[in-house]
Amino acid sequence: MVVSNKKKNRLIFRTVVLFVMLGAIVFALVTNLMKDQEKVKEGEIAPNFSLQELNGDKTYVLHDEFKDKGIMLNFWATYCEPCKDEMPHMDELYPKYKEKGVEIIAVSLDSSELIINNFLDDYDFSFPIVHDKRGEVMELYDVFEIPSTFFINKNGEVERIISGPLTLENLDNYLEEIVPDNENS
Amino acid sequence: MNQIKCECGHVNPEGTVLCEACGKPIEKNQHVDGNEGQKTLNMRYEGSARRSKTYNRTIIDKIWIFFSSVKVGVWIIVLTLIASAIGTIYPQEIYIPPGVDPATHYKDEYGITGQIYYQLGLHNLYNSWWYLLLVASLGVSLVICSIDRFVPLRRALKKQRAKRNPVFIRRQRLYGETKDVNKEDIVNVIDQLKKKKYKITEENGHYLAEKGRFSRWGPYVNHIGLIIILIAAMLRALPIMHVEDYVWVREGETKVIPQTDNKYYIENKDFIFEIYDENDETYGEAVKKSGEIIPSNFQTNATIYKVDGEIIPGEEPKLEKVMEDEIRVNEPLKIKDADISLYQASYQLNEFQSMSFKLHLANDPEEKAIGEFTFDMTSPQKEYDLGNGYRIVVDEYYPEFYMNDNGEPASFSKYPKNPAFILFVYGPDIEEYEVNFLGIGTNLNADPNNVYKLSITDFDMQDVTGLTVKRDHTLPLFGLGALIFMIGVVQGMYWHHRRIWIQPNEDGVWIAAHTNKNWYGIKKELEKIVENSKIDMPKDQQELDE
Repeated sequence: MVVSNKKKNRLIFRTVVLFVMLGAIVFALVTNLMKDQEKVKEGEIAPNFSLQELNGDKTYVLHDEFKDKGIMLNFWATYCEPCKDEMPHMDELYPKYKEKGVEIIAVSLDSSELIINNFLDDYDFSFPIVHDKRGEVMELYDVFEIPSTFFINKNGEVERIISGPLTLENLDNYLEEIVPDNENS
Repeated sequence: MNQIKCECGHVNPEGTVLCEACGKPIEKNQHVDGNEGQKTLNMRYEGSARRSKTYNRTIIDKIWIFFSSVKVGVWIIVLTLIASAIGTIYPQEIYIPPGVDPATHYKDEYGITGQIYYQLGLHNLYNSWWYLLLVASLGVSLVICSIDRFVPLRRALKKQRAKRNPVFIRRQRLYGETKDVNKEDIVNVIDQLKKKKYKITEENGHYLAEKGRFSRWGPYVNHIGLIIILIAAMLRALPIMHVEDYVWVREGETKVIPQTDNKYYIENKDFIFEIYDENDETYGEAVKKSGEIIPSNFQTNATIYKVDGEIIPGEEPKLEKVMEDEIRVNEPLKIKDADISLYQASYQLNEFQSMSFKLHLANDPEEKAIGEFTFDMTSPQKEYDLGNGYRIVVDEYYPEFYMNDNGEPASFSKYPKNPAFILFVYGPDIEEYEVNFLGIGTNLNADPNNVYKLSITDFDMQDVTGLTVKRDHTLPLFGLGALIFMIGVVQGMYWHHRRIWIQPNEDGVWIAAHTNKNWYGIKKELEKIVENSKIDMPKDQQELDE
């Protein structure tokens, strides 16, 4: 029948048009939501980087150096007062967690080694400090405010991202989370 | 599907208001446009069946019908307008100072309403899912409304016949009857119409003169333009179509260009800031009048490097020079391989690059130099040897000096905008060392017992250039959309769809006219056309109503 055919075609036409538009809307929403997210997300593999130790020859390559270890990555700078406040906490907990298989790396975002060294003259931190001279790792991890701390588990996944200062208690708890043996408990 | 057969024999689709062929009002539908009690017919969409008003079956049809309503469309526009306006009450998140926590910023800055604004998520309104959905439904409404009106309108205009139903003729807004008209008069009028570029069709002595039907498609062309603009806006979310980022580069610094996967670096060779000369022939007078510095050029002389091979971020990259260019406002540098352009967007002139000092005796009025050294901010050293046994040790260097809450010297940032130093002076005749605290224009807190004194003799400033990193392939599409939009506007605005029906009958002639707008124009035109004939000028029935 001509009439019912016409009606059927109309329904097909409407369905196609609506679905094309629905597709476009879903596309727009999804891409927009993706855009908002940070470069490094919790649950994803921490991106690799290679930075030289301050005053040392050792080069730390994240993915090679710390297989099967938990890593705490702390972005800091000498001009950041809260960063300097939490560093003694890190130093206090470092020996305990190093034994448990957790490494602490402090990434300095300062402009020159002179300034970092002048600061370190007054302190003696036992954890390694690396210098992100050109700010590439900062860009890579999308660090906007400091201190920023990334807790990475033994599988290399970012377990937790903390923007802002950490208390001793929080630091202790978060470090415990990335202790390799505790992974499954 | 119920079809409606008109007395003229034409079969109309369900929902038709005026018969497509002869224009006779369909009894049960004729008042759907709310024209009860009016003498004239409502000619909107030619009285065609706006199908969506008639069927309501499947879910697809229901959605279609919802969006097909102009009422719904208007509401979507109103809601979008209100939402967009709300987004301007307080600054959006991207415009608040960088680094501050939005959770506290809105409360501190704007009080309780600011907090509510933040908690409702209005600080990110234009990217919120519901705002996007609103704009998207506007697009859907646009598409469906257009389809549902364009198709029947086109059909009705195609099917129309020269011979119209008497009811249709009599109920046109411009209508006139003239008695005792002879054939010559009609021929005369037809000739006049032809002169006015009307297209004449004839059916059994009934005439239809029509021109400017083209104008009726204007709104639909316009909507196509709008839809293209919406598509272009949507494509901006795709990185291959559009990215935007920002980079600050100091003079002499080589920095990775964002959005290039750490593959490209830029070196700022020189930043040039030029101003209009007071003695300039053309502008001198104006410059003097304003009494201000008026910049004439912002320019970055840049070198672009490509990273050779694969590197892990943070490693010293092996750089290969790709190109060298000058970036000026509106003259971006284009890196073809990376598909990225760098635009001059900002600058800073307030950073120090190096500072020179001299050591002299504190009590020497001539301040004769015992030794001199230059502190380079980009590669500072711990110690400077002045010779003759004198040396300077940099105890502390504060790039952007301030006194913190504890009254201790500290630095705001790593950028040398206001450098200050604590310098130790060692010398053969100094027992231990002498402390100097130096900043711009100050020699703070110097020990009064110091025999030696350090003074700043010279400094160099370094400029910082701010560049926008951009890729935008959506602009041509926006342009195309805007062009089509404008074509549609022009088409609908500057042409008029005018029709004149001439129907001879036993005792004279009926003449009726319709236009989609500018009734004044068609009246003037009709007056000219009937001027030299016995046919009377049709009367405006709407005016008579009032």
